[in-house]
Amino acid sequence: MPKIKLPTKQPFIDMTPMVDLFSLLLVFFILTATFRQNEPAPVDTPFSIAEKPIPDFNNMTIVISNDNRIFFNVDNGPDTLLKFRPKILAEVGKYYNIEFTEDELRTFEKFPTSIGVPIEKMKEFLNATDKMQRDALQTGIPTDSLNNQLATWILCTRKVNPNVVASIKGDAKIEYPIVKKVLDILQDKNVNRFNLVTNLEAVKIEEETIQ
Amino acid sequence: MADIGAQETPKKGGKKTLKKRVVRIDMTPMVDLMCLLITFFMLTTAFSKPKIMEIVLPEKIKSEKEKVEAPKIAKSRTLNVILGPENKVLWYTGMVEDTKNPPPLQVTDFGPNGIRQLLLERNRALFRKIDQFNKDVISGKINIKRDSLEAAIRQLKNEDDTGPIVLIKAYKKSTYGNFVDILDEMSIVGIARYAIVDISWIEEQMVEKTLGITPEPVKNK
Repeated sequence: MPKIKLPTKQPFIDMTPMVDLFSLLLVFFILTATFRQNEPAPVDTPFSIAEKPIPDFNNMTIVISNDNRIFFNVDNGPDTLLKFRPKILAEVGKYYNIEFTEDELRTFEKFPTSIGVPIEKMKEFLNATDKMQRDALQTGIPTDSLNNQLATWILCTRKVNPNVVASIKGDAKIEYPIVKKVLDILQDKNVNRFNLVTNLEAVKIEEETIQ
Repeated sequence: MADIGAQETPKKGGKKTLKKRVVRIDMTPMVDLMCLLITFFMLTTAFSKPKIMEIVLPEKIKSEKEKVEAPKIAKSRTLNVILGPENKVLWYTGMVEDTKNPPPLQVTDFGPNGIRQLLLERNRALFRKIDQFNKDVISGKINIKRDSLEAAIRQLKNEDDTGPIVLIKAYKKSTYGNFVDILDEMSIVGIARYAIVDISWIEEQMVEKTLGITPEPVKNK
């Protein structure tokens, strides 16, 4: 009996439409990407019905992590030429008699996340070479009444960029007194209007429930 | 990768024709690469931008000169909301007149029948008005520009003089999440007047008594 010889040719699937689709998706994702910043401490913001998105610039954020450390972050201003970040650091340095070099200021400008380093350790932080070393220095900004560095940061930020708006980004689990402390510091520096960073949650009240 | 599939059909006529060749390129590695890139971008993209809730606090009075008399508010309209530990909310109306015999605290929570129900009940007139206004705008009865909508609602709130005046106080064991929740309730229910006030010692004691918390001993400084 003659054997049936199967054709040895492999089936060939045309991948071109798939490539088309994928390139389309890829272009979409590249264009819409705003990269998630890697925060030094995890913060689960509370939910609210507020629908206003966080502004892109003129924004200083005070981050309170769930282990009660306080971080500070500020953006570079609406124009990258303004270079607010290094100016603010230089200003804070001047306040505490610390001179920062050009290189250190540049590192600070490029540093993407919020900063929770006491100013005495800032030089060490900016010159640190690896992430482990940096994370160890992020002990939170001191807010004691004797050494209130957060107040200095707020003051210097407002001096450099008068249009800045404060935002508070706190973990939902932190206790109220620490929030109260931050609010008091802001109010001491005459910042009475600020934003609380939250996640969106849809809530709707039906007419019947109020009858 | 790329191969040339020759479609050879032997011709008998002796005519010499160019062989038709179909060039096929294997796209699979390209698809692999794109899959990888798409996955990367999907995972690193922050789609939902965080939202913000705006709050404005009254200016702090720093010197005696700036001191102005506190606004007088009707006792019956005052609703004191105290944020307690473990997502509890306590409330009482009026004010503490006799520290020896404080008004009883009601305990509720953030559930559907909790504080929102209470606030809605108190604020029904204004809530209805705002709701009706929103409906009229949607159905086209009232023609108003989108950007003046917020101002119109603020106007409605300013004119209101029946709703409660809510004083928000936070017990030291309450969380920031609760604080945002209560502010959220204010905007959901459309409370016209609310203020964030420091808790007084008598109210702390009332909370501790109601919930059966033994107060921490005061540290000697």
